Amino acid sequence: MEAKEIYETLERQFPGKVSGFRGDVFDPYLYVDAQAIVEVGGYLRDRAELKFEVLSDLTCVDLPKENKLEAVYHLYSYTHRHQIVLKVALPREEPRVATVEGVWKAANWFEREVFDLFGVVFPGHSDLRRIMLPEDWVGHPLRKDYVEQEEYDGISTQRAPLVEKLLR
Amino acid sequence: MNEPIQPESGGFHTEDMTISMGPQHPSTHGVLRFIVKTDGEVMREAIPDVGYLHRSIEKIGEKVTWHGYVPYTDRADYLAAMFANQGFCMAAERLGGVEVTRRGEFCRVIACELNRIASHLISVGTFGQDIGAITPFLHALREREAINDLMELICGARLTYNYIRIGGVGYDITRDTCDRIAVFLDHFEPIVDEYNRLISYNKIFVERLAHVAPISLEDAFQYNIVGPNLRACGLKWDIRRDIPYSVYPELDFDIPVGTGEKGTLGDCYDRYIVRIREMQESCKILRQCLKMLPEGPAIAKVPRKFKPPPGEAYVRIESSRGDMGFFVVSDGSEYPYRVRIRTGSFTAMSLVDKISRGLMVADLIALIASLDVDAPEIDR
Repeated sequence: MEAKEIYETLERQFPGKVSGFRGDVFDPYLYVDAQAIVEVGGYLRDRAELKFEVLSDLTCVDLPKENKLEAVYHLYSYTHRHQIVLKVALPREEPRVATVEGVWKAANWFEREVFDLFGVVFPGHSDLRRIMLPEDWVGHPLRKDYVEQEEYDGISTQRAPLVEKLLR
Repeated sequence: MNEPIQPESGGFHTEDMTISMGPQHPSTHGVLRFIVKTDGEVMREAIPDVGYLHRSIEKIGEKVTWHGYVPYTDRADYLAAMFANQGFCMAAERLGGVEVTRRGEFCRVIACELNRIASHLISVGTFGQDIGAITPFLHALREREAINDLMELICGARLTYNYIRIGGVGYDITRDTCDRIAVFLDHFEPIVDEYNRLISYNKIFVERLAHVAPISLEDAFQYNIVGPNLRACGLKWDIRRDIPYSVYPELDFDIPVGTGEKGTLGDCYDRYIVRIREMQESCKILRQCLKMLPEGPAIAKVPRKFKPPPGEAYVRIESSRGDMGFFVVSDGSEYPYRVRIRTGSFTAMSLVDKISRGLMVADLIALIASLDVDAPEIDR
């Protein structure tokens, strides 16, 4: 199915909850209301003519200029060989979006990674812990305004290169 | 034929024990750890603990130029660096509207398929070693060494290549190198049969893997299992054929799938044998490429200050560990705005917890080896 048709199907099914469709880009995308992501995901997975059985990727982009974070869901259907990108706009302060773990199990780890590196909270997630960084790490590195803590566990994280010191 | 193990037979239980396996366990292929809860020899669960090799490759992407990021992608998966090079370059090319030269495309395919063989050799070799057969490892590494030599001829590096650049490849493949690749293929193709005699159809090896840890197609979809692991579940799916890129549509090759020939569909043995057959297919592709390699420049003219217009691209390529996704966002500046690398090992690892329940501890080793997870690729 063409991306535009997918969008129109969703618009009929979830009036007011999907918006901002762009079909003229490499990977057509649409925005989904943060409250509706689980419903929309379930519908996309189960509906016979859509059958998005795979969550190919789930990640996030930080857009401080627009004061928002964008969660990006790349869906793919092996049955129909079509794809669509869902985006969910979230506020930079206290970003929260329901987990889609119940729809696609792969979301479990993807969401943990987004939580770890962007600080997005996924209410309803079965095991929302940091995955890449230590549990007691401070901050979320993939945020644009992230400043690395000066030391971790008594070990400095930044050090001037020795070469520069020698050249001085 | 051996029967699937019934973990709870007899109703005899010992006290549950929690063991930390790794991060330095020799079979974990890099640094990763499992927290294993066992009832005797049977696992209740094995929770993967990853992140030991996290190098924030994605964050580095925001700090270096488009051209400058290519060497960093090598480090995402050092056993199959060529694919990460290609994935990132394809995303950049799509954003910047760069057309790769035809010779460049063929050079890429040659380099990638050689890399695929090298990576599968490691997978197959360490598979044997993990479950107690040392000899196949040495045989596999011997052949891989020859590929490393070829890679050195092609691009000067043996492991982290930085060969594929935006617009084509860094260095042209010379006629002499082509001849040497042909010599290697003549040598290697019979070796695959030797492997089969040595290990693939070895009774102990087969019994050790057949019926162990089968993955259903449904689970594979739910957890986004990709590449050889997905094909082992019986789905004939290969990005090279199904979401075609580069010059793969012009090349003739088969897609080996698991058939449950020695046990259950999607078991460890299927995942193993798919890789063996993929090496043979890669040889086929290489031979065709050597014949078809056209004349012309190996790289297109790309400005040194590469500034693709704002936009985002999600590129998927078939790496040796399956579907590797590069989601790259440009804001029109000299630096990528966001680089996301989604790898096959990451999603494969998330499935381990589910599949490991009720397995023997020793079979966890077989499971990890069969999934061919690569720790740096998980953690990035």
